[in-house]
Amino acid sequence: MGSVWRLLPLIMLTGVLPWSVIADEPIFPRARGERCVEPVGVMRRAHFEFLNHQGQQTVERGIRIGRHSLAGCVGCHAARDQNADWVPVSAPGQFCDSCHSYAAVRIDCFSCHRAVPEADRAMGN
Amino acid sequence: MAAGDTSTLPRRELLGRASALAGLVVSFAPGMRLIDLAAAKPDGEAASAEVRWGMLVDTTRCVSGCDACVNACATEHGLEMTDRPEIDAQWIRKVDLIDEDSGKEISLPVMCQHCEDAPCVAVCPTGASFRREDGIVLVNQHTCIGCRYCMMACPYKARSFIHINLTGQRTHSPRGKGTVESCTFCVHRVDRDREPACVEACTAAGHQALLFGDLSDNEGELAQRLGEVQTQQLRSDLGTNPGVHYHGL
Repeated sequence: MGSVWRLLPLIMLTGVLPWSVIADEPIFPRARGERCVEPVGVMRRAHFEFLNHQGQQTVERGIRIGRHSLAGCVGCHAARDQNADWVPVSAPGQFCDSCHSYAAVRIDCFSCHRAVPEADRAMGN
Repeated sequence: MAAGDTSTLPRRELLGRASALAGLVVSFAPGMRLIDLAAAKPDGEAASAEVRWGMLVDTTRCVSGCDACVNACATEHGLEMTDRPEIDAQWIRKVDLIDEDSGKEISLPVMCQHCEDAPCVAVCPTGASFRREDGIVLVNQHTCIGCRYCMMACPYKARSFIHINLTGQRTHSPRGKGTVESCTFCVHRVDRDREPACVEACTAAGHQALLFGDLSDNEGELAQRLGEVQTQQLRSDLGTNPGVHYHGL
């Protein structure tokens, strides 16, 4: 919070406390795809509803199309380490973990689901 | 589901052509058909009660000592064996039987029998153990609490419990500690018009002891074959009406 004092004149002028000053925003590796299947704001708020809905459709009814698959998320958001090995999206500092640690919400997906892409992506999930 | 004479055409393409043709013949208007086509469902459609997936195990072709189906299952679903065999997952196992009177020996695979009246579904307190519209019995591991009533109820000992934390699961086959699991008839393949991995492996091994298909499709290879040979369901006295039938028991 020390930087708040340095920015004090700016804050007094604008009346706005920059978000990044209040707390460090989660930082995570860039996604590989061109764009997300939904606008970022929608995803931030509703990603679990999408995942939950599509998961139910898949498990209970066998509907395997739809763009809200967990495998899809992992496919774009998993990063590689310096040895070019995949890093799980749930590993510290990675896509899922960075926000979930920040928000203190435990993720339970990856105790069962694969957290890195698989060569045979055609099967989907 | 066997390729037969049509092996030069991918099955999906063949079905696509066949259904397009049939659609021309019997349709009045878009979406209206006189006869429902006995084709596998497109990816985007829900599993339908028009279909009942089943299997015929021909024990006269099954070879003692061959475990191609078991290995294929393990590879397909990422079932890794540990140094504690008592906790290893068994979705499909090979059983050798000897008739003490005649000395006749038979070998057969036993997996989830995908019962119509499934005891595992009846006892599940959360509804996690369920039967899909098309007859495939599954565990929804999102709602499974790991109580294992289904394992006690199953007359075929077809289910396994995951005792340890797992890593390296396959994308299409999520599995995790504290839940029950069993043969899914490779539902991820079936939904995409492919055979279960065990069936594919048995055919590839040259035995052709496993035939997968739609029990409700009277014209289909499975139903035809069931009409030709004498078959039995395991523990048919229990009235569970399994989807898996055995020949030569």
